[in-house]
Amino acid sequence: MGVVEFATSPWGQTVPIHISFALIWVCAIGGLLFLIGHAIWLRFFAPAEEYEPVSAPSGDLPAKVRRHSLAARLFHWVMAAAMLTLLFTAFAPKLGYQFGWVTYHWIAGLVLTASIVFHVIHASFWMDRWSIWPDRIDIRDALRRWKRATGKSAPPPQRFAKYPLENKMYHFAIVLAGLSVTLTGVFMMKRVRTPFFTRNPYIFGDMTWGLMYVLHGLAGVGLIALIMMHIYFAVRPEKLVITKSMITGSLDGEHYKEHHDPERWPVAAASRGAASGL
Amino acid sequence: MLSRDREGAGGETKMAIVRDIMPAFELFQPANIADAIALLDRYGRDAWVMAGGLDSFDWLKDRIKKPKVVVDLSQIGELRGIRDWNGGLEIGAMTTLTEVVRHPVVKEKFGILSTGAEAAASPQIRNQGTLGGNVSQDTRCWYYRGGWKCYRAGGNVCFADTPTAINREHAIIGADRCVAVNPSDSAPALIVLDAQMVIRNSRGERSVNAEDYFVGPDIDITRMNVLKPGDLLTAIRIPATWAGAQFYFEKVRDRQVWDFPILNVASAMVVSNGSIERMRIAVNAAAARPLRLTVVEDFMRGKQRTAQMGDMAGKIAVGPAEPLRYNGYKIPLMRNLVKRAVSGVEEAKWA
Repeated sequence: MGVVEFATSPWGQTVPIHISFALIWVCAIGGLLFLIGHAIWLRFFAPAEEYEPVSAPSGDLPAKVRRHSLAARLFHWVMAAAMLTLLFTAFAPKLGYQFGWVTYHWIAGLVLTASIVFHVIHASFWMDRWSIWPDRIDIRDALRRWKRATGKSAPPPQRFAKYPLENKMYHFAIVLAGLSVTLTGVFMMKRVRTPFFTRNPYIFGDMTWGLMYVLHGLAGVGLIALIMMHIYFAVRPEKLVITKSMITGSLDGEHYKEHHDPERWPVAAASRGAASGL
Repeated sequence: MLSRDREGAGGETKMAIVRDIMPAFELFQPANIADAIALLDRYGRDAWVMAGGLDSFDWLKDRIKKPKVVVDLSQIGELRGIRDWNGGLEIGAMTTLTEVVRHPVVKEKFGILSTGAEAAASPQIRNQGTLGGNVSQDTRCWYYRGGWKCYRAGGNVCFADTPTAINREHAIIGADRCVAVNPSDSAPALIVLDAQMVIRNSRGERSVNAEDYFVGPDIDITRMNVLKPGDLLTAIRIPATWAGAQFYFEKVRDRQVWDFPILNVASAMVVSNGSIERMRIAVNAAAARPLRLTVVEDFMRGKQRTAQMGDMAGKIAVGPAEPLRYNGYKIPLMRNLVKRAVSGVEEAKWA
């Protein structure tokens, strides 16, 4: 079993045509093993969470700390619905549940693309766009956590900024996979009948198309594992407060005090709406 | 690989030699259905089911389909013959088209099947070709049959649906990435007769309505029908429902013998006091699967069989048609065939 399937083009070239669909199972089983491994590690081996003492006084915190604006929450849920539809329409037929999936797939793909375009604009001009990317402290603290988890001595990590490092890394992975599937998907719409384009598979050569299909497929199966992890973390008891904030928009003040650094995520300012960091 | 044979100046000669020689495969000739199913179960995707062999030999000699095992059904007597079945008929899947054409009960009660089967290919081919093979044959898209890795062959492109493709015989309705058509002449007749396709595998027997037997590319782009590895079409049952109805079958093709349809149409209707009490109508070679035109059936129910009604029925039938570059002519052709099938040849005139 190879990762990629090849064919001979009419010009005699050997070109990739798509990924091996066995990768669906590889990613699903890989994702499942990660979840099981993580759950076991957290239950039996993970050291208790400990943070550096907070240097700045927290002052009077509101009972609820605003974390996600309505626009950000709507984007998240629209994206989630589109993503789940895309995964279902892409992979259910390959697993034996057959239906006319192509139209649903490209419609969901357009919804996802539109929501990503909205998010990029929204994040660029109305949100603190750097808050979701790892910074120097995140890297340093990741090393500290690793050392402490493996029994070596290291000072405790600082409390998180607005987003924990796992959140930031997950976002980065989703950006890579999401942009890969949407950019290739938009071009692939030239190969099916839609009201938007005249069908023409000759806008690119066979090799370019093949690589595009492979990238689309790899990102697609990667998303199976990523979505599994996302749902797993969303329903973990200690993360439920974060999941709820994606519905209500706010975090519990106590949770904020316990896990976030007011210097890295100044909430008092955020609650007045000046630097919400959304 | 076929494409490698095409390379270089000597490619054509080499290909001709290759086509004269049957490739190596393991041949099984089971004597009964149980043995055939056991073989299909054992070899799964590696097995190729061969009925009359008329479609199979092309695929095998061209090295485009390369099964490890061929299960030849020709020795299975149970799969042959036409029997009474609850007032209708059960036709073994290996019954030849000639036997179907000549059978007195088929001619008397289900004349449309006789006419449809007789429209297929040539007398010699009908002597060897079977009803099961005719309904289960693969599409005739030459890009696909040429061995190119198109959607239907598991690839990611349709060579027939491009701005420069030659697609005169391809689909005008229901194309979904692949634009190939189903070429069977007996299939629309069986749909009109409300036939049941009897399928057996190692888990048992099931029967499927003829119209559900065929699969479009939207559902599964690599298959023409519901048969999966391990499945065997054993018989076709025709209920008495449409026995003796008014039938119409017409096939349009480039030459009058030994040719696949450009389009064909089949209809059955029960007329009372000049109006249509109930009817079924189907066309083939318009889409990847034979199409039952339920919208026309609903429209015509209770109406008079007139040229005007036929005209309207024809227009309704081609409503969803989307022509490719070279097959726009199929739209007026289908409109007129439906018109003739609904109102009769005398009433209809070419429009």
